[in-house]
Amino acid sequence: MNTTVVPVATPPQAIPKASFDWKPVLLLVGLMLAAIPAIGSTSSWITLTFAGLAMGLIIFVIASGLTLVFGLMDVLNFGHGVFIALGAFMATTVMGGMAVFADQGALQALLAIFCAMLVAMAVAGGVGLAFERVIVRPVYGLHLKQILITMGGMIVGEEIIKVIWGPLQIALPLPEPLRGAFFFGDAGIEKYRIVASLVGLAVFGLLVWTLSRTKVGLLIRAGVQDREMVESLGYRIKRLFVGVFAAGSALAGLGGVMWGLYQQSVTPQIGAQVNVLIFIVIIIGGLGSTLGCFIGALLVGLLANYTGFLAPKVALFSNIGLMVAILLWRPQGLYPVTNR
Amino acid sequence: MLLNRILSHDLPRSRWLALALLIVLVALAVAPFAFPGVKALSVAAKALVFILLVASFDLLLGYTGIVSFAHTMFFGIGAYGVAIASTRMEPGFAAVLVGTAAALLVSLLLSLVIGLFSLRVKAIFYAMITLAVASAFQTLASQLSDFTGGEDGLSFKNPPWLSPSFEPFEAPFLGVTIDGKIFTYYLIFTVVVVLVLALLRIVNSPFGRVLQAIRENDFRAEAIGFRTVVYRTWSNVLSALFATVAGALLALWLRYVGPDTTLSFEIMLDILLIVVIGGMGTIYGAVVGSALFVLAQNYLQDLLKLGAVALEGVPVLSQVVTPDRWLLWLGVLFVLSVYHFPTGVVGRLRAARRRD
Repeated sequence: MNTTVVPVATPPQAIPKASFDWKPVLLLVGLMLAAIPAIGSTSSWITLTFAGLAMGLIIFVIASGLTLVFGLMDVLNFGHGVFIALGAFMATTVMGGMAVFADQGALQALLAIFCAMLVAMAVAGGVGLAFERVIVRPVYGLHLKQILITMGGMIVGEEIIKVIWGPLQIALPLPEPLRGAFFFGDAGIEKYRIVASLVGLAVFGLLVWTLSRTKVGLLIRAGVQDREMVESLGYRIKRLFVGVFAAGSALAGLGGVMWGLYQQSVTPQIGAQVNVLIFIVIIIGGLGSTLGCFIGALLVGLLANYTGFLAPKVALFSNIGLMVAILLWRPQGLYPVTNR
Repeated sequence: MLLNRILSHDLPRSRWLALALLIVLVALAVAPFAFPGVKALSVAAKALVFILLVASFDLLLGYTGIVSFAHTMFFGIGAYGVAIASTRMEPGFAAVLVGTAAALLVSLLLSLVIGLFSLRVKAIFYAMITLAVASAFQTLASQLSDFTGGEDGLSFKNPPWLSPSFEPFEAPFLGVTIDGKIFTYYLIFTVVVVLVLALLRIVNSPFGRVLQAIRENDFRAEAIGFRTVVYRTWSNVLSALFATVAGALLALWLRYVGPDTTLSFEIMLDILLIVVIGGMGTIYGAVVGSALFVLAQNYLQDLLKLGAVALEGVPVLSQVVTPDRWLLWLGVLFVLSVYHFPTGVVGRLRAARRRD
């Protein structure tokens, strides 16, 4: 008679806590600190730092959707810029219609911007759904075709924008109450940048909360880690992905409104211009990583403002210099997504 | 057979394709005489430059499977090389040669550096990095205004016998006054024909086969023992050099260089459109595609103008059919061709023959 060997249950070992990688955050802080002696005056430093952070937050809003879509479904959307342009142009329509209302007071101005953001997000999200179905869906898994087809989507999208809003630059002035700056001593902080920062932080907070505290977020993160495993557990990751794609497009629309107000004008080429910037950001951050995208966007924003003050000619190349430096340090980006 | 050797044993393999190529070749060869007029001639010259430019991009995209957005950068280097040398030096043949040689050297080094740095990574990374590099280069060209003329660009003089005022013969030949412009045209024509045949030679050599193997399955190619990074880098360098020559030819033709004519992102998109619509992985696709594209660019607008007149008053349609929106239709064609005939016009024509 054989006695079955009862496997001895080993006591569950405590899972070692994943230690948070502080180095990129330290890099960000280090950059800020290093800029103090370089700039010289504290008040200019505060002005520039705040401006840089605000710009970084706007860039983050635009880029976050792209990096999520890539991380989850391995689709790089070269047409992401179209949604930015779409958002910015929706803003010109909405803000143009509410111009009189918006000039009445700060509250009304904020309300008008809020309306523009909502409309832009809704439209961009809706178009994103159609874009996913028509353009992206047939080419899952084929990188070369994805690049070509989304690029084609961008050409067509840009032309359609020209059909609707005309090919010329359109002014997108800030409502009167939001122009100008607050002054703390000598340091000036533009009012609009405060609004933009708050929106950017809210988006970041909401995104982090969704990703780390909700079931949908859990599935998205799991999907980024290992798509097939999530599928085999019975979740329809395609449907999840469509949602993420639409959400990413909506975020791009939101970012477009913010970017357009930041530049105070929009052109149909805005999408292609911002595309370069957000690609640099998501390469720096590590493709697919949300936190990396956040840190990368802030780095880009800060460096652009610091170098713009210290050496304006160099500022035009600060992004690409930053990208090369980061890639030499960490070839996969600041926070490499495992399994890629 | 001689023709077979000239075409590197890569015959058109389709009656219609052969016919199309022949038409393009003959039309371009006799263009100055058959289609007199300034516009027609510059359309033909532009088609020639694009044929070379797109064929060199096809080596990269179609044969090696690398998506680069920095191709216009090398195109621009060639054009600026000739322009800068011609403005700095005594305008003459020496200046053109020195400018081209210097541009080739710069392109060689730059493509080598970019290739070695970033071809190790996935295709998607490379596409993004080249996009960033190209936009930085465009900014650089418009910022160094002492050197490159900034946004205004540079106008310069061609060598004497390539300038329009050079008229060696008293009497017009076949009804056309022979001047430097026509000499320039035939210089471009000769260089393009020779270099396109050279590209055919390259893609049909053992080296070209390895490139195609890398395109199909780089992992397996590496496993067989080919060092894919080396081959990719070579492909990158070669295509950059051919693009540089194309840029130099364009500069000779226009006698002007500016950021918009050589470096702009629009040209990069044009190249992509042509390669895909013409047919990736076939040098002939570049020839047919460029000819069609340049014709469309210059004459489709006239056609759309007719459509716009016919649809005058119809609210949405008249907006869509205006001549300014010709790129919209090409974009739609591009998307459709990526889906439905990824091998482009050439692939279609060849497949039609196989079915017979």
